[in-house]
Amino acid sequence: MDYILSIVILAGINMIAVLGLSIFTGFTGLFSLGHAAFVAVGAYTSAILTYYYYVDYYLALAAGAAAAGIVSLIIGVPTLRAKLRSDYFAIAVLGFGEALRVLLENLEITNGARGLPGIDNFTTLPIVFLCLAGGIFVARNFLRSRWGAACIAIREDPIAAETAGVRLFRTRLLSLVVSAVYCGLSGGLLAHFLSFIQPQMFTLVQSTQLLAAVIAGGMGSISGPLIASFVFIALPEALRVAQMWRLVAYGLLLVLIMVYRPQGLMGYSEVASFFRRKSGPEGGRRS
Amino acid sequence: MSESKVLLSVAGLTKDFGGIRAVDSFSFEVREGSITGIIGPNGAGKTTVFNLVTGLYKPTSGTIRFLGEEIGGNRPDVIVRHGIARTFQNIRLFNRRTCLENVLTPLLQRERCSFLGAMLGLPSVRRMERALHDKAHSLLSALGLDAYASFEASTLPYGLQRKLEIARALATEPSLLLLDEPAAGMNPEETHSLANLIAEVREKFNVTILLIEHHMDLVMNICSPIVVMNFGALLATGTPEAVRANPEVVKAYLGERKEKR
Repeated sequence: MDYILSIVILAGINMIAVLGLSIFTGFTGLFSLGHAAFVAVGAYTSAILTYYYYVDYYLALAAGAAAAGIVSLIIGVPTLRAKLRSDYFAIAVLGFGEALRVLLENLEITNGARGLPGIDNFTTLPIVFLCLAGGIFVARNFLRSRWGAACIAIREDPIAAETAGVRLFRTRLLSLVVSAVYCGLSGGLLAHFLSFIQPQMFTLVQSTQLLAAVIAGGMGSISGPLIASFVFIALPEALRVAQMWRLVAYGLLLVLIMVYRPQGLMGYSEVASFFRRKSGPEGGRRS
Repeated sequence: MSESKVLLSVAGLTKDFGGIRAVDSFSFEVREGSITGIIGPNGAGKTTVFNLVTGLYKPTSGTIRFLGEEIGGNRPDVIVRHGIARTFQNIRLFNRRTCLENVLTPLLQRERCSFLGAMLGLPSVRRMERALHDKAHSLLSALGLDAYASFEASTLPYGLQRKLEIARALATEPSLLLLDEPAAGMNPEETHSLANLIAEVREKFNVTILLIEHHMDLVMNICSPIVVMNFGALLATGTPEAVRANPEVVKAYLGERKEKR
């Protein structure tokens, strides 16, 4: 039971980070191969605060999320102002993420590559659930606000967006900061669940897994990436009985999704819209 | 009518792309309330002028004044806020969004509200959203698109996509509307109803219109004055009759008689 509980908690924590990346990639149309770095910033900031300075747990979580948002400005301002094309931006963030990891490996306060052991394990299922529910609520409000509409407009057509009054640089930067805040929160929860963090946990592999969940789950969808994220965390664990084959199954699943549903599980739609379409009076197509 | 004030005034506008001079010290003005047409052979630089006026390109030299204020070289989103909106030759819609959302996007960008309030979904924010939804619906109705409000933009037929683009441009509440080949790909019947629509839009929304068009009957029917461009420069300007009678214009379009025979 404890084992299943821990998988559910881990999946929930991962879903928060995926939710953030979905706003950035799925809704703003920018790709990132470095969002694990923002998870790392959140994890280390909150862990250091509770470990060395005995800061209140919730305060430390908020500080971790805020720190991730601020760090994202360091990479976001120069690259997004230069209007780097999406794929170049992904590489720039990749480099940034790796550099940050090397920094964590060499700092005194992070205890270097050995990692920080003995962090209090505050994170429980209700807390993760609340954070995730709050995160979904805020993400939905964000997407229907002027800022969210601007993000989606940029994804659809940056030139048309600008002539419709969207501030390109500011909107992209805001989207990055919002996504980094989600990742930072996820990192704080992770650190206080595992009670041990080390730089090796936040590599390109983690960034890729976040991006894979967003793309397999579907661009422009909140529910799709959340489902994909849950499956990607739970499936390898569920398949532990077939030790040797579980990573093969994981890879196969990804390939199958991309071949048979290139738009992802829920590309540009939400789970809720299925029910709405059946009962709704309009019957029109909604995105 | 001829004494109405100058809305847009372009002087000595020049744009180089590498070694190519796309627009060559081009000058013209648009008077308030007019439907001004820009015509010219392919590659004359008409769309480049639009891109310069709306901020997609930065001029190499020259001035663009709107209501007396220099706007040349500003970002597109800044120029939109001055009151210049446009459509594109090859339609640019937010394809995977509904018609309503296409129109709602510029409306939302004009609104000021607190970020925190919006994230928490406060009642005041919801009220503002409802008001904007109503506004978007009335804009769609004005262009006969209200029945398609919940359809994705990409699913609309071509002619309606053009209308939706005009609706989205009007949502920025412009005083000058730039239409880049609004009749492209339309049959004579559709072109005729488009002419009526443009006149109607000018009346209802109180906008001045500047349009690029290749359909001569449309331009000759509704535009006055007409500005003729050739090789990036001004060739002629005047009423439809004057332009049609101008030998330079005939030469630019049809070539010289000597060469033909």
